[in-house]
Amino acid sequence: MGEPGPALVERIKAKNETWVEDYKNALDELTIVTPRDAISELCAFLKSDCGYDLLADLCGADRGPEEDPRFEVNYHLFSTQHFGRLRVKVLLNEDDPHVRSVENVWRTANWHERETFDLFGVIFDGHSDLRRILLPSDFDGHALRKDYPLRGYEPYSMN
Amino acid sequence: MSTAVNNIPGKFEILDQSLESQMTLSMGPQHPSTHGVLRLDLRLDGELVVKAIPDIGYLHTGMEKLFEYKKYQQGIVITDRMDYLNPLGNNLAYVMAAEKLLQLEIPERAQVIRVLFCELQRIASHLVWLGTHCLDIGAMSVFFFCFRHREKILNLIEAASGGRMTPSYFRIGGLMMDLPAGFDRRCKQFLDDFPEALNTFDTLVTGNTIWQSRTMNIGVISREDAIDWGLTGPCLRGSGVEVDIRRANPYTGYETYDFEIPTENGCDVWARFKVRMREMTESYKIVRQALDRLKPGPIKADAPKVVLPDRDDMRKHMDALIHHFLIVAEGFNIPEGEVYMPIEGSKGELGVYMKSNGGPKPDRVHFRGPSFVNLQSLPVMSEGEMIADVVAIIGSLDIVLGEIDR
Repeated sequence: MGEPGPALVERIKAKNETWVEDYKNALDELTIVTPRDAISELCAFLKSDCGYDLLADLCGADRGPEEDPRFEVNYHLFSTQHFGRLRVKVLLNEDDPHVRSVENVWRTANWHERETFDLFGVIFDGHSDLRRILLPSDFDGHALRKDYPLRGYEPYSMN
Repeated sequence: MSTAVNNIPGKFEILDQSLESQMTLSMGPQHPSTHGVLRLDLRLDGELVVKAIPDIGYLHTGMEKLFEYKKYQQGIVITDRMDYLNPLGNNLAYVMAAEKLLQLEIPERAQVIRVLFCELQRIASHLVWLGTHCLDIGAMSVFFFCFRHREKILNLIEAASGGRMTPSYFRIGGLMMDLPAGFDRRCKQFLDDFPEALNTFDTLVTGNTIWQSRTMNIGVISREDAIDWGLTGPCLRGSGVEVDIRRANPYTGYETYDFEIPTENGCDVWARFKVRMREMTESYKIVRQALDRLKPGPIKADAPKVVLPDRDDMRKHMDALIHHFLIVAEGFNIPEGEVYMPIEGSKGELGVYMKSNGGPKPDRVHFRGPSFVNLQSLPVMSEGEMIADVVAIIGSLDIVLGEIDR
């Protein structure tokens, strides 16, 4: 299953020390936390040099309104060559939920990022077409945020 | 609330109406060949597709939000309703994510039954795909043959779980209940009939020259593009990439089964069709092996705080009754952590990202639906093709809108 965790982390650190803020290896899954400005370069490096050529998933998560940083964006990478898996995580503040888009690395990120924007309100800078995808374009709020009520603010009407 | 949405163009402003020789056609959402409520904005030049923009979200029901308000074991029934052609696959991915967080050991018999049903479900899902794909292209009769055999599989699933389309058969820590008496015999009966059915499909469709000319060199996506667009499952293997998660990151003991990974290099609708046809044979082989391995034994993990006790135990032991009450009333806590559990669903990589904060309800559950990602590549495949071929391409992607919109 690809390179063992610490070896890969060392390799990334050798390339650029600032790319790895933190990492942990839990439940056989390696998670690398990276600063939001570095995500695009880190992904490009992982794709070209480490064989992680397929972006399996990209999803957001909300830790709750009282937490800081509040939002997480998780990138789940997969390699079609050595079948390894890797999670890259970016942490974002509530006031400034901006992160670089990875659409220039994998085009499949387009819809994933639109979904994350739609449901969490995370803004992906450099995205070619960042608009809502699952919810209607005139929807108020971001439905998967913890402070968004389960039944919405008011009944939604399609008019 | 956030007003960041305001400066983003509306869905309908993307296609500009300036060129006179071209027209915009809105295909769907109520269109029999879009397999649900999918809408396509097609920019046409005559019958040629210049641009295609899929528009989804008509079926969005906020399932990922709902998970956060349900206990772990209550979430299983929600997963049934996502990819409704592959509910057992969804059950498995969800259940295994929770089991990985709990570090549960699943008994051998439960593992074998899980494999058996997942492969039966894969055949059933592929039969629906084949039937509707042929219906889209214009071959009516195949549909009836496929659904007749799918019905037999649904009867098997119903016999075990009580539900045809929404089984919720896999539970955290094992299975809902053991197989009913005589299941072996019924399953063998189905398996004995199935190779002949596959032959029928082959003679009906594969050798048909009209079918071949409708599918060959249509909807081409190259190997590099397929990886770039994140295609998985039969769509990726139809572009010549030999990746199957059952082999790449094995789960529930798939590494011990003998099966091949069908791969085609055609990159077109025909290649994806061939891959799925061959996959049905491979699934048939796995079901046979799983049936042979069925040995009596426990079907639930030894974890009384997580797994519901047997009825019989509840009548005899007080602690079993207490555990039952606590699991139903309060649920069980899952240690803090996060996992991404990928399985090979019938349509591609079905991944579940589950994050727990230590309580009885998940902090976040995200489903990486293969249909969602595969549909995204529709413009790449259909731009430059004829409008009639768009229907063939949608069919070859094998999408389920329940999973895309969640």
